[in-house]
Amino acid sequence: MNKLDNQVIIDRLQAVLGDKVHVLGEPHGLLAIQTESAYILELLAFVKNDELLRLNYLTDITAVHYPLQEKQYAVVYHLHNLFQNIRVRVKVFIGGEQPTIPSATSVWQGANWMERETYDFFGIHFEGHPDLRRILNMDDLDVFPMRKEYPLEDPNRIDKKDFYFGR
Amino acid sequence: MSNRITKITPNNPVFYDNDPQDELITLNLGPTHPATHGVFQNVLQIDGERIVSGVSTIGYIHRAFEKIAEHRPFYQITPLTDRLNYCSSPINNMGWHMTVEKLLDIEIPKRVQYMRVIVMELARIADHIICNGILGVDTGAFSGFLYVMQEREFIYEIFEEICGARLTTNIGRIGGFERDFNAIAFDKIREFLKRYPPVLSEFEELFVRNRIFIERTSGVAAVTPEQALDYSWSGPILRATGVDYDVRVTAPYCSYEEFEFDVPVGTNGDVYDRFMVRNEEMRQSMRIIQQALEKIEKEPKGVFHADVPEFYLPPKEQVYNNMEALIYHFKIVMGEWETPKSEVYHAVEGANGELGFYLIHDGGRTPYRLHFRRPSFINYQMFAPMSRGMLISDAIINMSSLNVIAGELDA
Repeated sequence: MNKLDNQVIIDRLQAVLGDKVHVLGEPHGLLAIQTESAYILELLAFVKNDELLRLNYLTDITAVHYPLQEKQYAVVYHLHNLFQNIRVRVKVFIGGEQPTIPSATSVWQGANWMERETYDFFGIHFEGHPDLRRILNMDDLDVFPMRKEYPLEDPNRIDKKDFYFGR
Repeated sequence: MSNRITKITPNNPVFYDNDPQDELITLNLGPTHPATHGVFQNVLQIDGERIVSGVSTIGYIHRAFEKIAEHRPFYQITPLTDRLNYCSSPINNMGWHMTVEKLLDIEIPKRVQYMRVIVMELARIADHIICNGILGVDTGAFSGFLYVMQEREFIYEIFEEICGARLTTNIGRIGGFERDFNAIAFDKIREFLKRYPPVLSEFEELFVRNRIFIERTSGVAAVTPEQALDYSWSGPILRATGVDYDVRVTAPYCSYEEFEFDVPVGTNGDVYDRFMVRNEEMRQSMRIIQQALEKIEKEPKGVFHADVPEFYLPPKEQVYNNMEALIYHFKIVMGEWETPKSEVYHAVEGANGELGFYLIHDGGRTPYRLHFRRPSFINYQMFAPMSRGMLISDAIINMSSLNVIAGELDA
């Protein structure tokens, strides 16, 4: 078996998917690539089943909020090749009133709760998800708490003012 | 319905031929049920004793750690990681320290790495003790649990000797440890290595060839490797299906590559295999601790942290008497350090799977974003689908063999 490294992965991806992916960098040795939400399913299914890449293990799905960017949300997938211990990070930047991205549940069953968690905290809609509900927060919460505009504590609360504690 | 007997007396048994026998019953298993060991709610549709379908409801002890972490400097996030998998907090603490050290490119001395290995393996044993002991209790054997619980208590005494705390340890600092292990701690670790193997053997003898235990666990909740990987399982339950994925071997951290140990794997991924895998992992953990103790002997004495004054707090007496130390102390506490903008993913082998930290740092005082890849959360999502067609009693021992810890599930 050929030894897989980041350059081999980049070459293989560019040979097959061409302009649909581009490389973001290799922070701390972990290859990060970027794609568009239209191609994400194609990319995930390809790297999972490809004989060379074999990134068959979905480690994690999460999101990041960048309020100052035009495309405010980055959905981040961590993939892992268990045979040769190569990890790849896939990022997709999405924006709009209702950020939407296709669901990876058709590729991995395990994506189900990871995407529900991402929806719960960032309000990212995963199209084609079988059961997109809140998972950790209560059902009637009307905000997405991990967005940067949501404060950690209610700035208006007075029950923590000093005079209640004799100060 | 008007002819129903309202008052039930022994002479009037409540029985009607026209009772609907084909209705399903909805059973709320949890959120606080003695058999679930934690805050887990499953709404089950049952037909007699058989589960037809189930829905897991989680989030009862959600504490928004990821949000809190965005407002805390690195050293204040360690106590948050304590409360993820609180049965093996030291592994979480070490995983977090290593993530930050990876971000800051801090080189850790070998002796500190071996000390960390000892602490992490002790935590792994403590966690497996709980899981396998409770599995015994759920199958009806209480005594084995009590034997091994004593040893877990001893591990907590070692933690107490090292850091002062027992359960939520907050052990270690970024760059190393807060203080060196004292002689009592080393003595206790050596004593543990002597006294635990016979207890573990006795515990195993109670179960391994026990007819009741085998019939309760063998073939129950069997999972194929394909299913397990599809659901991103990790840890002992993945290894019980036969996949030899262990982060300590696949992507060694903390000098695990220097240690000699085996990765036990099961064959059919049922509850019995998970039990056996965990038992064997405890043996392997003790092998690792033994080797770590030998390696520490060869390292220069008294080294317990890396030489990174800009990130590791100076001793308090120096802060009062030494200008440099005062400056460093002030800078660290006020978060006035230069930190790189970068992204790090670091994974450690937690007691129940791959515990990952995804840290995005923008150079500020706090992480821009911190995501915990929590094995309990990801392992637990298969529970409801795999419970279909199972008896309730089997589902209960399946849940305890998954070793899902509520604190980590809900973060």
